[in-house]
Amino acid sequence: MKRVLLAALLLPAVAHAADADYTLVIKNHRFQPTEIAIPAGRKIKLLIDNQDATPEEFDSYTLNREKVVAGHSNATIFIGPLTPGRYTFSGEFHADTAQGAVIAQ
Amino acid sequence: MFATAIIVFREVLEAAIIIGILAAATRGIPGSRRWLAAGLLAGLVGSGVVATFTDVIGSFASGVGQELFNAIVLGIAVLMLAWHNIWMSSHGAALAANAKSVGKNISDGTSECSALLLIVGLAVLREGSETVLFLYGIAASGGGGRSSMLLGGLFGTLAGIAVGYTIFAGLLRIPMRWFFTTTGILVLLLASGMASQAAHFLIQADLLPSLAAPLWDTSALLPENGVPGMLLHSLIGYDSRPAGMQIVFYLTVMAAIVAGMRWARHTHRSAR
Repeated sequence: MKRVLLAALLLPAVAHAADADYTLVIKNHRFQPTEIAIPAGRKIKLLIDNQDATPEEFDSYTLNREKVVAGHSNATIFIGPLTPGRYTFSGEFHADTAQGAVIAQ
Repeated sequence: MFATAIIVFREVLEAAIIIGILAAATRGIPGSRRWLAAGLLAGLVGSGVVATFTDVIGSFASGVGQELFNAIVLGIAVLMLAWHNIWMSSHGAALAANAKSVGKNISDGTSECSALLLIVGLAVLREGSETVLFLYGIAASGGGGRSSMLLGGLFGTLAGIAVGYTIFAGLLRIPMRWFFTTTGILVLLLASGMASQAAHFLIQADLLPSLAAPLWDTSALLPENGVPGMLLHSLIGYDSRPAGMQIVFYLTVMAAIVAGMRWARHTHRSAR
């Protein structure tokens, strides 16, 4: 069991050592950029770089994703493959300012 | 304040529903209340610890440590819920018979109670750590309206607990004849829903293929951020845009638990 766990921990490190496809910065409780265009029908790797001191939750019902990103830290998230369209996301902890969208085309 | 209340409500709701169902499902088992309280306490302490180390957990496995952590926590909870249901299918009859007089014939109640402690502890840990982080963020921001937001958090917590308690009290009104069948079905659905959530996290971490994502889209009909959708999400694992793999997990866990329950009932009967 331990070995399986260890393998599960190491596997992504090996498989995804390459850089992220897209980067999303959180600063002053806002996303930069607010819109990301990605190719439809492909899985992409998104790096979320939270430069604020406070934690944020990347949340999207349309993408079916949610992830907490601690203050001053990075998180990786995989999205897609998506059919063409606009998929909104928000920072749940500061939803009044942290809004954005992924545009699959 | 309203937004804060909603966020906290959603987190607390999930744990409160699990506790409400489990508190009802373990009625009559000696000592189950104390174990439940211990699980709650351990979960609260644990959520503080997990919240503190969010960045450490998150940085494991090249940034998908959080998903792995959630999937493992959910996986353990699924196993414990399965164990609970299988155990109940051979002891439920005895419990129903002695419900008033504290089950005397329940010899291995302790193992059942430690499963209870783990389920409650893990549910509180998972939902609680996000709430702690969220409230910490508010407290640290130092902006105006801080106290009204924290008040919103308090309202959200109380509302979540109220729903959990309502479910508990409502279940207790069910006649004894159907009682353990009902809680058994609820626990079965809880476990299946958690399995689907675990699959969801593993897909998000790219450790599992999604198989058709989404398989269906009922977000227009029953959005997950509405109250009915929220309740159904916690109760039966409702997802408005599930990946195919989530459904595979859901149905597999459900079939495995039902098979385990049938087997336990059968061997219990033939042993008598």
